[in-house]
Amino acid sequence: MRRRILEVLPAAVLVLLALGAWEAYVDAGAVNTFVLPAPHEVGSALWNNAGLLSANLAPTAEEVGVGVLLALLCGFTVGVLIHLFAPLRRAVYPLAVGSQAIPVALIGVLLVFWWGFGVLPKLFVIVLICFFPVVVTTVDGLASVDPEQLKLLHTFDASRWQAFRFAELPAALPAAISGARIALAVGVIGAYIAETSTATSGPYPGLGREIEADINALQTSRAYAAATVLFVFAIACFYTLALVERRLAPWAHRSRGEVR
Amino acid sequence: MAHRSRRPCADPSNLWGNAREGSNVQTGLTPGPTAQNQDREARQARDRARAQRPAVLVSGVSRSYRVRDRAPVQALADITLHAAANELLAVVGPSGCGKTTLLELICGLQPCESGSIECTPAALMPQLDLLLPWLSALDNAALALRVARVPRPEARRRAGELFAELGLAGFEQARPYELSGGMRQRVAFVRTLLSGKPLLCLDEPFGALDAITRAEMHTWLTDALRREPRTVLLVTHDVEEAVVLADRVAVLSPRPGRVVAELEVGLGRPRGRTDPEVVALRERALRALALGSGR
Repeated sequence: MRRRILEVLPAAVLVLLALGAWEAYVDAGAVNTFVLPAPHEVGSALWNNAGLLSANLAPTAEEVGVGVLLALLCGFTVGVLIHLFAPLRRAVYPLAVGSQAIPVALIGVLLVFWWGFGVLPKLFVIVLICFFPVVVTTVDGLASVDPEQLKLLHTFDASRWQAFRFAELPAALPAAISGARIALAVGVIGAYIAETSTATSGPYPGLGREIEADINALQTSRAYAAATVLFVFAIACFYTLALVERRLAPWAHRSRGEVR
Repeated sequence: MAHRSRRPCADPSNLWGNAREGSNVQTGLTPGPTAQNQDREARQARDRARAQRPAVLVSGVSRSYRVRDRAPVQALADITLHAAANELLAVVGPSGCGKTTLLELICGLQPCESGSIECTPAALMPQLDLLLPWLSALDNAALALRVARVPRPEARRRAGELFAELGLAGFEQARPYELSGGMRQRVAFVRTLLSGKPLLCLDEPFGALDAITRAEMHTWLTDALRREPRTVLLVTHDVEEAVVLADRVAVLSPRPGRVVAELEVGLGRPRGRTDPEVVALRERALRALALGSGR
């Protein structure tokens, strides 16, 4: 328990310091509170709008969860295919890079035209934004396998598939999981972009939409409150993934500085 | 199951890059499907023939490497070697004389430029243990069996039996990084042994170990081979190790590697490092090495 506290302590101190500086800056009257509300205002907005914010968190969390999972699936599959078929690397890699330059607002209207006001257009945007880091880390991870290990499997008469299954795939897993971390971290802002560049019907369109509407209505402290929820949500997602990672690739997690 | 392969010149430059080329290399290494259909008589005849022929026959093999923009480096020059079935042939030579290349040629991992290699299927135990960090010690040892499509429980059972025999009991579930260097080498050896190949190519298997562990491993290997006789090619730069373990010692010259001497050991086992015969043979081998180097 004491170790737990010590682990959280640095982050907590840093947050408190930042909040203090922020509060002092606003209280000194250096900036209009419509532009930057003080932390205590954000805090009370958080308290007063807890119901609204949590109702809006639900669709956003769904988008991030499903979207990032789809992105992992797509990214990993594309990465594996690129690794296995050299011509595909030349064909797909440049396109994958190019896809990262597509301004989402440009295609948002088209996505709504195709798929309506539901979750589908948002998922597409999140996948578009998140799949690329997974592709890159998967491809690099698959290529990182020790060639001597492949030679060894070859002397056991392993097939191409067996070399993949026994050596390349597990060797790539830690890197692919790093890709998943990046995808997840980017996924939350991806959800914001997805929500604001497409359209949603219904009372709770998600935190991204909420923030945008609050900014337009000069409800800045509520916008900051919603952003705070996103902030905490992103951190929670990240640590959930870290737990999964320990399960999937425990060999990449032997304690550092261990003496054999 | 022991098909002999004769490889004048294969091109395994890309191990699996192109399945067609890859399979060409392996033709001799995979157990043929016809083996079961052959009647007993034919099999016995083949066994007799094999007993007479050497398990490995390397004749006139050369190999050079071309490093970009430089003149090719000759690694092996006209190597001729043979090892009889269940014989332990040690190949000693100075660092960089192409010993590893020789083993990779025999295992079909590299093409040879000239000459031919005729051998029974070979399993390589590489210089580094190359245990897979994501598998337990037991699963690492069972890797060759798993590749041969033996079901996991059966593969584990067979590996487990050898674990008990080879002093690894209790470490089945340990990950490679939790094992000592000597244990990792033993796991790698079990893996090589379970590949079921009649020829074991050991590439400096004990090179990375301290002297005490290495001596233990020598005793252990001698013991293991007494229980499970195999033809062994042991590559090492340690002359003493060669003399303690081998039936015969082939001495290579510095690069490009040529066979400069072949010594018959002909001593009983186990051998001590300080036995007078061992010391005398070591001196002979060292002289041959020195002569080969001073050409």
